[in-house]
Amino acid sequence: MSPSRDQVPDTSADTSASSGRVVLTSAEIARALRRIAHEILETNKGAHGLVLLGIPTRGVALAQRLARAIHEVEGHDVPAGSLDVTMYRDDLRAQPVRQVEPTQLPPEGIEGAVVVLVDDVLYSGRTVRAALDALSDYGRPRAVRLAVLVDRGHRELPVRADHVGKNLPTAKTERVSVRLAEVDDRDEVRIMPAGAEGER
Amino acid sequence: MRHLLSMADLDRAEILRILDTAVTMHEVQHREVKKLPTLRGRTIINFFFEDSTRTRSSFELAGKWMSADTINLTGKGTSVSKGESLRDTVRTIDAMGVDMMVIRHMASGAPAQIAQWTGCSIVNAGDGTHEHPSQALLDAYTMRARLGDLEGRHVAIVGDLTHSRVLRSNLLCLRSLGARVTLVAPPTLMPSGIGPWSDTDGFATSYELDDVLPSVDAVMMLRVQRERMGGGFFPTAREYAVTYGLTTARLRRLPEHAVICHPGPMNRGLEISGDAADAAQSLVLDQVSAGVAVRMSILYHLLAGEGSDQ
Repeated sequence: MSPSRDQVPDTSADTSASSGRVVLTSAEIARALRRIAHEILETNKGAHGLVLLGIPTRGVALAQRLARAIHEVEGHDVPAGSLDVTMYRDDLRAQPVRQVEPTQLPPEGIEGAVVVLVDDVLYSGRTVRAALDALSDYGRPRAVRLAVLVDRGHRELPVRADHVGKNLPTAKTERVSVRLAEVDDRDEVRIMPAGAEGER
Repeated sequence: MRHLLSMADLDRAEILRILDTAVTMHEVQHREVKKLPTLRGRTIINFFFEDSTRTRSSFELAGKWMSADTINLTGKGTSVSKGESLRDTVRTIDAMGVDMMVIRHMASGAPAQIAQWTGCSIVNAGDGTHEHPSQALLDAYTMRARLGDLEGRHVAIVGDLTHSRVLRSNLLCLRSLGARVTLVAPPTLMPSGIGPWSDTDGFATSYELDDVLPSVDAVMMLRVQRERMGGGFFPTAREYAVTYGLTTARLRRLPEHAVICHPGPMNRGLEISGDAADAAQSLVLDQVSAGVAVRMSILYHLLAGEGSDQ
């Protein structure tokens, strides 16, 4: 589970916004997403059969941006939706009750599709495991791929991303904070030192 | 949140959280694989000392769809009928290591009492004439699905208020959500002492259904509970149906957008006419469908989080 997801969207208090170090600026995020869009198309040999599913909260916004980028390149609409994995997590009992977000799959479903899971931060890999379990309850995709904006390492499960915006070596005590304009006030990825404001 | 004993235990934010989670659960109900792994390894006992169809089956389905192990017990056929005390019975079950008991009991306050005797989570699935919180939550869910936000909406609760546990839970829930509530009943079925309560909690009471109907957004018809009545509350069933039933004629007095709820089971022809029960405005079956989703959400909020297994 990526600690960044635990951050409530409106913790944009000035202290937490200005602490730490910016590792991806708005322009760099846009560039990384454009590259990932190209990579997805290359691997899939076109946009045919693709379904992008974002993992709430910020993965959903990223999936929509990737769908737009793919549309700009190929002129082909790719369905983008969301997949909530809360009910499939293995750490529910370690935390206060989490609020569940909606799951929105394209009306045609995911049977036989190439599903690209999209998330902001890849950390332990547990969210991805939960997402794979959730997917199998909705159908049987032909293939499942994983695209993340930031891979910060420290995997606890054999999970690897197919498309990575930026590999970010971190210490386990550090915190990666992803902000996206759709959810927060701006586009930015920061790395916060241990004990920074807002750390759980 | 450890128990769900009364709607008074939940504030507005908690109610909204449960209703929002239920929207997601409703989606699970309509997909091919109706199963979430969330409560795997948890055990839920549905202990029903009183008859029930929809509440018991929906709690059972809710538990099963979330992968909990559920067992149903009734008063009959258990050691209760051999003369064991309620305390001994529930402590015995608790000692087996269950995580939750869903209790329906004819005595008001029984679930709260059981919560003190045992270590597991307790859900009140209806106690005497006191409360039925999961029913109030599913009623609110159903009304919200059709009417949107209930803030400022006018809801009339009509019928056998004295014997109703749905009334108290619904009143508390609707007031927390900001709805205006009017209670309508014949004087004999209006709970005694309602006056001071209506003053502090800000709801209205009336004896005249026809005056109230034209301004409602939702009308909730409560069942006339003949099994709790010694008689003498109204002269004849026919007179009750004419003065307080949702008859075909009264259906026309309802605003077009208004919806009709009934917690069931319905006495057709008594508190609600067949026409009203089957009208397009009737949410009776939506309520049943929402029942499972809302109960899944309740189980999730009580059993899934931190500290729920202590």
